Amino acid sequence: MSHETLVEARDVSLSLGGRKILDRVNLTLSKGKLLTLIGPNGAGKTTLVRIVLGLMQGESGKLVRKPGLRIGYMPQKVFVEPTLPLTVERFIQLGARGLKVVAANKVLDEVKVGHLLRQQVSALSGGEMQRVLLARALSHSPDLLVLDEPAQGVDINGQTELYELINTIRERHHCGVMMVSHDLHLVMAATDEVICLNQHICCHGKPEHVSNDPAYLALFGKRQAATLAVYTHHHNHDHDIAGDVIKPKDGHRHV
Amino acid sequence: MYDFIIYAVIAGLLIAALAGPLGCFVVWRRMSYFGDTLAHSSLLGVALAIVASINLQLAIIISCAVFAAILLLLEKRQMLATDTLLGIIAHSTLAFGLLILSLSDMVQVNLMAFLFGDLLTITQQDLIWIVATCVVLAGLLYHFWGEFLALTVHKELAIVEGLPVERLYALLVLMIAMLIAVAMKIVGVLLITSLLIIPAAAARRLASTPEQMALGAAIIGCLAVAGGVTLSFYLDTPAGPSIVACACVCFLLIYARPVTRV
Repeated sequence: MSHETLVEARDVSLSLGGRKILDRVNLTLSKGKLLTLIGPNGAGKTTLVRIVLGLMQGESGKLVRKPGLRIGYMPQKVFVEPTLPLTVERFIQLGARGLKVVAANKVLDEVKVGHLLRQQVSALSGGEMQRVLLARALSHSPDLLVLDEPAQGVDINGQTELYELINTIRERHHCGVMMVSHDLHLVMAATDEVICLNQHICCHGKPEHVSNDPAYLALFGKRQAATLAVYTHHHNHDHDIAGDVIKPKDGHRHV
Repeated sequence: MYDFIIYAVIAGLLIAALAGPLGCFVVWRRMSYFGDTLAHSSLLGVALAIVASINLQLAIIISCAVFAAILLLLEKRQMLATDTLLGIIAHSTLAFGLLILSLSDMVQVNLMAFLFGDLLTITQQDLIWIVATCVVLAGLLYHFWGEFLALTVHKELAIVEGLPVERLYALLVLMIAMLIAVAMKIVGVLLITSLLIIPAAAARRLASTPEQMALGAAIIGCLAVAGGVTLSFYLDTPAGPSIVACACVCFLLIYARPVTRV
């Protein structure tokens, strides 16, 4: 294990109820690298994420974590009981007990939702909640970020923005990122390695390589693969979190 | 004033003050049926204690702890849906408890006191049990408040962030079981859950942080005890139902106010 390695899985296998969920999966998560996990429903993506997080154990194989590894986890969906009154600030402080108010402010600003500090968690929209979860994952300065479909329920403009944000965070904090995502066309540019999972690892490597791999094409079909073609549609403006139009820097341009 | 009233008031206020914050967790975690089951099963403990003639208070505490542990184990196994499991345990323990009580020829057993509480018969020894339990519970609650909150908000996030979630959850459940064990004297087996839930639910409307809700629930619970004991003293109504009725009135008054959004 090199000192850049954060988590290393060797031949991890797991069956649940007689069904093979994971079959001899290998992966390495390294400092500063972004690994994207793709695969059809029921491929074992979430199971693999849970094993990396230590929420589950494989039956065989080996999982080595760097000693003292701090993981920031962003679950697929978080539901906070409406009977539990909780501000966003408090929600983030729960993640890193002892975190100062200023620091909660800082991580929220970093994911560009500083204005939500005093909002109730149960009143957040889907997109706001995703960013607040990202802020909580960042709050205890993690070595590794594990994101399970971070852009779920976020509109297409928000998705691009969120993935850019994740990439910025990775560069700024120099942490490793493991991400489950179906939006390969959006994450392609930033991803160092793609693992295509369907119980076993079908193929892995650079995104360009994976999207041309016969195993990938067999799994997702040509049509899906075609959506990987460069995304050319551009808007002439963006929206900020509050939904207001942000004028592009070079004036109002029509394409 | 009479000793028994002073004992009753002290015991009632102490238990209400702890039932407030612990009741918040019952509401947040949707455990109200869980509380009911523990309370019902403690009647089996009472019946067995009477047959074996051992200390009642001790028997209730032990049986609550044992059934809390059984529930935790069964919940982990997930053989049946939790509510089905709770229903089976709640009603079969209640049935067996009543069966054993009726077969034992102890005629002096006042069943009504166990079912609906008998606050005004609290002895000095009862009070010592209650004070000791409440002090321990208050200390634990204060110490683990942040941890309990984190595991209630999101279990898996808490695990990844390094909390020993399983052990904390077991502790929380045991603490609720202990409170139920000592509160049985106040409102009885059938009304205990209401002392946990009603003040917490009432306080929700007024709170914007978990701590405000916990404090509010404690205050509303104490008001209900004060009102209930007063009613009971002047109108000679049973104390347990009077307390629950007062809590319910507080709840209705708070929810009758129009919503003010900030």
